[in-house]
Order: sequence, then C-alpha cells, then structure tokens
Amino acid sequence: MAIMNIREAIVSTLHAEMERDSDIILLGEDVVGGNGTAGGPEAIGGIWGTSPGLWEKFGPERVIDTPISESAIIGAAAGAALAGKRPVAELMFADFVGVSLDQIWNQMAKFRYMFGGKTRCPAVVRLVYGAGMSTAAQHSQSVYAMLTAMPGLKVVLPTTPADAKGLLTEALRGDDPVMYFEHKTLYGVKGEVPEGEYRQRFGEARVVREGGDVTVIACGRMVNFSEKAADKLAADGIGMDLLDLRTTSPLDEDAILESVEQTGRLVVVDETPPRCSLAADICAMVAQRAFTSLKAPPQMVTAPHSPIPFARNLERAWVPSPQKVEEAVRRVLAFR
Amino acid sequence: MSGVVWDNWQKNTDGRATVQFNRDELLGAYRRMKVIREFEERLHEEIKTGEIAGFTHLYAGQEAVAVGICDQLTVEDMIVSTHRGHGHCIAKGCDVKGMMKEIFGRAGGLCKGRGGSMHIADLDVGMLGANGIVGGGAPQAVGAAIAARIDGKGRVGIAFSGDGACNQGTTFEAMNLAVVIKAPAIFVFENNHYSEHTGDAYAVGTSKDIASRAEGFGMKAWRANGCDFFETYTAFSELLEYVRAGNGPAAIELDTERYYGHFEGDPQRYRGKGEIDRIRAERDCLKAFRAKVVGAALLTDDDLDKVDAEVIAQIEEAVVEARADELPDPATVADDVYVEYY
Ligand SMILES: Cc1ncc(C[n+]2csc(CCOP(=O)(O)OP(=O)(O)O)c2C)c(N)n1
Ligand SMILES: [Mg+2]
Repeated sequence: MAIMNIREAIVSTLHAEMERDSDIILLGEDVVGGNGTAGGPEAIGGIWGTSPGLWEKFGPERVIDTPISESAIIGAAAGAALAGKRPVAELMFADFVGVSLDQIWNQMAKFRYMFGGKTRCPAVVRLVYGAGMSTAAQHSQSVYAMLTAMPGLKVVLPTTPADAKGLLTEALRGDDPVMYFEHKTLYGVKGEVPEGEYRQRFGEARVVREGGDVTVIACGRMVNFSEKAADKLAADGIGMDLLDLRTTSPLDEDAILESVEQTGRLVVVDETPPRCSLAADICAMVAQRAFTSLKAPPQMVTAPHSPIPFARNLERAWVPSPQKVEEAVRRVLAFR
Repeated sequence: MSGVVWDNWQKNTDGRATVQFNRDELLGAYRRMKVIREFEERLHEEIKTGEIAGFTHLYAGQEAVAVGICDQLTVEDMIVSTHRGHGHCIAKGCDVKGMMKEIFGRAGGLCKGRGGSMHIADLDVGMLGANGIVGGGAPQAVGAAIAARIDGKGRVGIAFSGDGACNQGTTFEAMNLAVVIKAPAIFVFENNHYSEHTGDAYAVGTSKDIASRAEGFGMKAWRANGCDFFETYTAFSELLEYVRAGNGPAAIELDTERYYGHFEGDPQRYRGKGEIDRIRAERDCLKAFRAKVVGAALLTDDDLDKVDAEVIAQIEEAVVEARADELPDPATVADDVYVEYY
C-alpha cells in the first residue's frame, strides 16, 4: 500500500495505464499547457495538476493540448474510440458538458445500440465537478444525475484515492464510454492505494460504515459530509449504514436494498437540486422494491431548486451539509 | 458619444478616420481606463487577503480596448462580455461600487452576490452579462443585434471574445449566422495572446490572425493596436459607422496584453523571461495615452495626475464600502430563479 492523494492516484494511474496500453491517448485544454508560449510546452499538466509528465513521456501524438473547443474534444474522443483507440478526454469543468453534450449523449452513448451491437466506444471523459470553491453557477455543478439518466454511459465518482485508481483502471480496461467525475474539493484527500494492478468493479458500492439504525446513501463529497454526520450521531448511540455508491450507472441496487431491509430508514444525500436527481431515483427504487421494509418516509438531502450562488455564505447554504444530513437522520428515526 | 467629430472615413486617402476629441472627452477616456486599472490592481492586492472567493480574471493591460470601444456606444447598444469582464462592465457604465460589492460577495452587489466576478451584468446600461462559458456570448450578441434591428433605432449588439473564445464552435456559428442574416452584430476579438496557459501561436490555427477568420465568414474586419486608445477608437469608429449604416456584421481584432495571470493565483510559467516587465514598459495604454495627449499639449501631466488621485480615492471608497456591506441572506438562496413559478 502506498499513501497518496486522489490527484496523485489519478496521475500515477494515467502514467501506468498509458505505459501499459499504447492505444490510450489524452486530450483536453491545457493538459500539457504552455504550447505556443515563450515558456514552451512545460507539462504543467492541467490546471488541476492531473496530467504532469505525460506529454514528456508519451509525446504530442498521444497527449494532445486542444484549443477551447469542447465539442471537438469530446467528438474527437468519440471518433478515436470508434477507430480503435482509448481516448481520455478532459473537461476542465464538468459544466462544459453543456458545450459538448451532443457528442456525449447522441454520439458516444448511442453508437453501440444504434449500430446493432457492432461497435465499441471505449472513451473516458474526465469531468471536474462540484461546489465548494465559490466558482458560481457555471463552474460548480454536479451533472452526474443527468448523465446517469443516459443509457449507454457508465458514470463513476471516486471518493478515495484507492477508488480513484481502481475505477480509472477499470474504465480504461473496459469497452464502454465512462464518465469519470473528479470532485474539485477532493483532489487533496489522502489514503492508502494498493500497488500494482488494481481494478475496482463498477456497480459495487463501498460500505463506509455499518451502524444498523439508518441507511445513508451518498456519493462524492457527500460521503465525507455523511461521515461527519455519522460521527456526531454515533455520540448519541445512533448507528449509520453509510454506502458510497462509487458508480451511479451501474447502480448497486442490491447493496442499497440489503441495508434498507435491515434498517427500514433511508436518507439519500445528493449535491444537486432535488428534481430528477439521483436522490429521487434511489428513493423511487427503494419505494418500489422495499416498500414493506420501510419504517419511515425516505428523506432526500439535496440542494434547493436553484443554480449555484457565488458568495461563500450563499454557497454554503446551497450545498447539503453534515448538519443537514444529521437532521435528516434524526427525522427518519423520529418517525413513528 | 456626443461631440466627437470625424471626417467621413471613406473619403480619407489612407482609408482611416481622423477623430478629434475635446478636453472633456480625453479626460473622460483617461479616467475610465484608469478606473479599470486601479480597480484591477486593487483587486490583485485584496485577493491576497483571502477575503474574495472564487475565480477572478483581471482585465489590467486591456483597458484601451474596452474604453476605446464603449466610449462610442450609447447606453442602448448592447454588449456581451467574458469571464474577464470587469473592464467591459466599467467602460459600459456599470456602477463601480456595485461591482466591487459583487466581487466581495455582498448583498448590495450588482447581482446580489449571486454571480460574482464572472457573472456581472447590468441590463440598464446595456451590459448583457459577463460569461463563465468561453464562447457563450457571441451568439447572444447576434440575438441582441436581431432585436436591435427590429427596434430600428440603429443600435448594435457587440460580443467581446478572446483569442481562446475564437476557437469555440459557438463563435463560428454566431459569425456565420450574423453574416447570413446581415445582423448589426460586432465581434470584438481581444487577442491578448493567451488562453489560460496556451499561446495563440498554438491554438489559433492557420495565419494566427483572428480577423481573417471573420473575413472568411464574409464580413468586413478591422485590425488595430489594442494597447493604444486612439488606434482602437479610430478603427472602431469606422467599423461602427459601417455597421450602424446597415451593412451587416463586422469584426475587429485588437492586439493587446494581459498584465496578470489568467486568474489570480496563476504562477504564469508560460511567460518568457522579463515578458511582463517588457509589456508593461512598452505596451501600457495609460502611458501611451499620457505621452500622446501631453506631447500634443492637449492635457498636462497635472490634469492626468489629478484624475489618478481621484480614481485611487474612488476605488478606496468602493473597497471600504464593499467590505462594510452586509452578506447576502442565506434564506434568499433560491430566490430569483424564475420571474413566476406556478
Ligand atoms: C466552455 C469553456 N471552456 C473552458 C473554460 C475555461 N477557461 C476559462 S477562460 C479560458 C481561456 C479563455 O481565453 P481567451 O478567450 O483568450 O480569453 P482571456 O482569458 O485571454 O481573456 C478557459 C480555457 C471555460 N470557462 N468555458
Ligand atoms: Mg486570450
């Protein structure tokens, strides 16, 4: 085991996988940085520091700095994937799916089905997402629910360095388009990472806590917030089953149902507005499949139905908090 | 702008307009450029305190573009701006104190603290919004131009875009649409030679000349030194007359410089050695303006020094008031999503 943070786990996995498989290419804005400047291509490695050294090692044919053209970035990744390569396309901010959505949604996601199962589109789109840095309405969104709703895409959200490695490796070894979400506030999170080849299967939730009184489902940064709430609740003798979904498509329905069948009480935490959200999706699934196990109405802890504000205090009010998770847990437990 | 006289540019032998300014216009233009500079230099300092959240992209170095263009617009002309929008906002007449409060995330900000530096807008002065999405604005300027043409008052819609934004498909589509429908749309390309950490020499293909792209779409295009107020103003005056006369869209590429990093905190490793010192020494629009007007005995150094002092005091006041202003009420977080919701 090595100790590293999520950023380092991503960088080292890209290095290892690109070394192993010469079909893997990387493209995006400033993934090299410095092209066409006096400073020269300097392998600055992206504004998030997630690709340093790759250009130096693998060269400009495989590590491609692009102009600001998200449609072309994602479309080129789709085409390269059809042509037998394994592109990794970086969206500096997940919000820029807005510019490139057609290539994700109508192209990548649908090729295999439309073409009668004859094609593979092994593209990985890396999306930097999430609120918490006051980057306001167009640079903070968590668009995973929208992409989860699109058949043909797999959607993964690592929360630990080990999962960052395991899920990225799995994405690069698989043959379907994968949306790989990186929360901008989690890059520095440290943890143990298995050495050598390490793959994390999709659709297997991570059991973060086993407490037995209430089931809390979360992904991304909301897992960390839920853990904080779990600590508070534990002091009052309340035990939380906390599941980190790891992937929202495929979804580990069995793990969710198994826990809810034992606790009868469900809270889903989601860093998006509530309508058509992941939280709503999971609550509906549980209501349909575990209705008789439920002892209280499921609770959703989400942002309000609004875009994301800029001011720090407004953003804090917008994002679900450990305190809101704690309150929701107390609400489902109080229900008789 | 009232009081500006220029010869009919088409009659000039060199094809260029000659623009004459009176004393007030010169002092006003200098003041507006200085307000932008001081606003940005002050923010550069204030950001170090950690009090200002989010991304801030400073416009310092490019003042002659915003002022050289917006000084010729009326309040009814409409501009769409970019992530680097403070200069456009100030030049178009946004309230400086309201802007400062917005950037400080305060309730009294122009957008109630909801938008921040990247999303300042003031429709009352024809400022249709800064934009966090690179390339998001150009199509909207065409829409503004469509509206302007229907209203028949000779108004125009203007998109400010960078050398990075000119590579976005939305910009291409907007230019073509404007040509197809002959809209009174103006595409202003501020080439500061960088899109984040990448140079225009790499990211803008072919001739590296953005204006020629606009020409390729079939519109008339101008080129000017964007670090010189008078050159920018003169070129744009020709362009504006052409567009207001109903000749369809036009473009202008301004060669300019950004003094600070892409965003505050950018280590700028892509810069050449001594590059910033050189551009500050050789391409400073405020220095160039001063040299020209003092050299021609139109204004004195004292006149300009007085403006400098007043502007510094004005920005100081804006910062003090911003800091003292209330934070937005968290209970309002989901207000203003709709006009009506039922
Ligand atoms: C659609 C989109 N892609 C990428 C970005 C990230 N980004 C913000 S500004 C910028 C560079 C823009 O360069 P340019 O248009 O030249 O404007 P400048 O920053 O030089 O003013 C980039 C890549 C963004 N905000 N929106
Ligand atoms: Mg630029």
